Amino acid sequence: MSGADHILSVDRLSMRFGGIVAVNELSFAAERKKITALIGPNGAGKTTVFNCITGFYKPTGGTMRLAADSGAIALERLNDFRISKLARVARTFQNIRLFPGMTVLENLMVAQHNTLMRASGLTFLGLFGVPSWRAAEKRAIEHATFWLNRIGLYDRADDAAGNLAYGDQRRLEIARAMCTEPVLLCLDEPAAGLNARESAALSELLLSIRAEQGTSILLIEHDMSVVMEISDHVVVMDYGVKIAEGAPHEVRDDPRVIAAYLGADEEEAIAVMESDT
Amino acid sequence: MGRVTASPTDHKHPQAGIAFILKKALVSAFVALVLFSLMIGVRTEAGPNGQLIYWTRFGELATLVAIVFVGSIVIELVRQWLGPAGASQLVPAPVQTGFAAAGRFVAPALLIFTLLVPVIFYHQRYILDLAILVLTYVMLGWGLNVVVGLAGLLDLGYVAFYAVGAYSYALLATTFGLSFWICLPLAGILASLWGVMLGFPVLRLRGDYLAIVTLAFGEIIRLVIVNWQSLTGGPNGISSIPRPTLFGFPLLPGPNGLAAKLGIAFDPTHRLVFLFYIILAMALLTNWVTIRLRRLPIGRAWEALREDEVACRALGINTTTTKLTAFATGALFGGFAGAFFATRQGFISPESFTFQESALVLAIVVLGGMGSQLGVALAALAMIGGFELFRGLEQYRMLVFGIAMVVLMIWRPRGIIGHRAPTVYLKQAQTISSDLVKEGHG
Repeated sequence: MSGADHILSVDRLSMRFGGIVAVNELSFAAERKKITALIGPNGAGKTTVFNCITGFYKPTGGTMRLAADSGAIALERLNDFRISKLARVARTFQNIRLFPGMTVLENLMVAQHNTLMRASGLTFLGLFGVPSWRAAEKRAIEHATFWLNRIGLYDRADDAAGNLAYGDQRRLEIARAMCTEPVLLCLDEPAAGLNARESAALSELLLSIRAEQGTSILLIEHDMSVVMEISDHVVVMDYGVKIAEGAPHEVRDDPRVIAAYLGADEEEAIAVMESDT
Repeated sequence: MGRVTASPTDHKHPQAGIAFILKKALVSAFVALVLFSLMIGVRTEAGPNGQLIYWTRFGELATLVAIVFVGSIVIELVRQWLGPAGASQLVPAPVQTGFAAAGRFVAPALLIFTLLVPVIFYHQRYILDLAILVLTYVMLGWGLNVVVGLAGLLDLGYVAFYAVGAYSYALLATTFGLSFWICLPLAGILASLWGVMLGFPVLRLRGDYLAIVTLAFGEIIRLVIVNWQSLTGGPNGISSIPRPTLFGFPLLPGPNGLAAKLGIAFDPTHRLVFLFYIILAMALLTNWVTIRLRRLPIGRAWEALREDEVACRALGINTTTTKLTAFATGALFGGFAGAFFATRQGFISPESFTFQESALVLAIVVLGGMGSQLGVALAALAMIGGFELFRGLEQYRMLVFGIAMVVLMIWRPRGIIGHRAPTVYLKQAQTISSDLVKEGHG
């Protein structure tokens, strides 16, 4: 791992809600153009980590560095929409958050908001339909069409997003995140609720995004077949702390991970932890 | 009384037959009895010496309760006959598709008719006046539609911007003698500044809380106008507000008037026709801008905000400026309409800017179908024009009007035009069913 090209370095990240410590001094790194998985039992604090990285929570401690082309960006100092706009970190949600009353194409157009806003001269030029705005809009539609073809939803472009099947909605949400042209894509349980065929298609899509767009991916996942198949690096969390990390096969055989997942009783777990340190 | 206290909506037996229907009717009749026994059954009045006089009207009470009882049975029978699909089935499918087909011609036909109104009704001053009033509300409805219909921010204080626009024009014109055409943009800009000022404190509020604060804002503006006597004239209002001019010529009798310059006889209707075309042009401008904005990134961001604010933030959309621009745009059109109102009336006072107005404009937007331009125009026509139509019914006017609104909301719960038209398409634009479109949570 030493000397590796890290896109994201999380250092001693902590998040407290009142007296509850959801994430406690968590450190890990995600490599550029690799797929990093964050796994752990329910309530381990994975989504909290995601919410900190994507600016929905302000962490109580620690730093998160994003190695962008223009230099390192301190994610903990950006908030809200700026994470996506300035740092180019995109995310999806555990419970799909599309714009159900807008068409599939419109969903992808909204994702290109900041580019289009600039092209429309902050609306004023666009209001009068100047040629440069029309060209920008055409490019945005082409960009959306490209992603529609990638996820196989070209024929559904003019349907309402809320009318799509569950698996299609999951893929559309990933395409929408990719339309923001991110350097880091954070996926919160992308395979949840998918059948075997759909999760295979998802794995293929994520691998192709890594290979063709060169986007680094950070994902939370429960579906171990997906994690084992596509991840380059796995970080395991339990009770807000990191309990293991490494290549998928290493993590799979780690006794602490097995204990955490199988719910070994506490004494046994402590014994396992202590024997190792 | 034991049996009537049972739950009237027993979901385990939706089709339980006569016993269920009778039970439901009895409950309704009992509620009616309790309500009407005081409202109708006993009539009280102050006597000549200040003493209380009362008499009973049990006959009328019995009639009303009987009507409720029978009506309840009829409604329940109709509901069972229709099946679980509900009231939307009341209109048969061929009629509904017929409506959809006719819908494409409604907007152009309505526009042509509106353009011809002054020609057709030239000698009916009352109708021209009413048409100007309807168009003012169409414009207000379209303005509020940006905030409520597109951005999904429930604004109960829209009248504040209407008031700011009206007072801006009235004060600028009477104090500095500026003409209507210079004051119009100024009034709009001032109103939209107020829109931004309202926007800031309410950015973090959602739903009911947003509604309450905007309601308070509307009242604050009105109270400031009432109490700031030295500037606004307080409850006395501002009078002799100048009328708009055409290329600098006032539409007045006398040697300087437009009629004298053109060498035609002066007719007061000319001014009315002129006002009609001003408000029509302003309303159409509002419509054009709104339609354009919907297809621009800002308009899509408004609609996305209504659908899911969290997802917007994850896509890098600045929700703060997006909300503020929605408030500012809505307020801008409200301000324009206010300036027009002031110049049309020639006199304004705080009485014209009560909560009643906000509620009326909001009702137009909701009834029309949130987000739909044509729907809002039709609703304004129905609400303002229809209200005049029922004038012959005298004291039952409100009752008929209320019933008409309830029926419309049962038939079309998401407004006259509830579906949403997409802003961009690849192959074919398909309308989106109202079931999928969110109403927004503030």
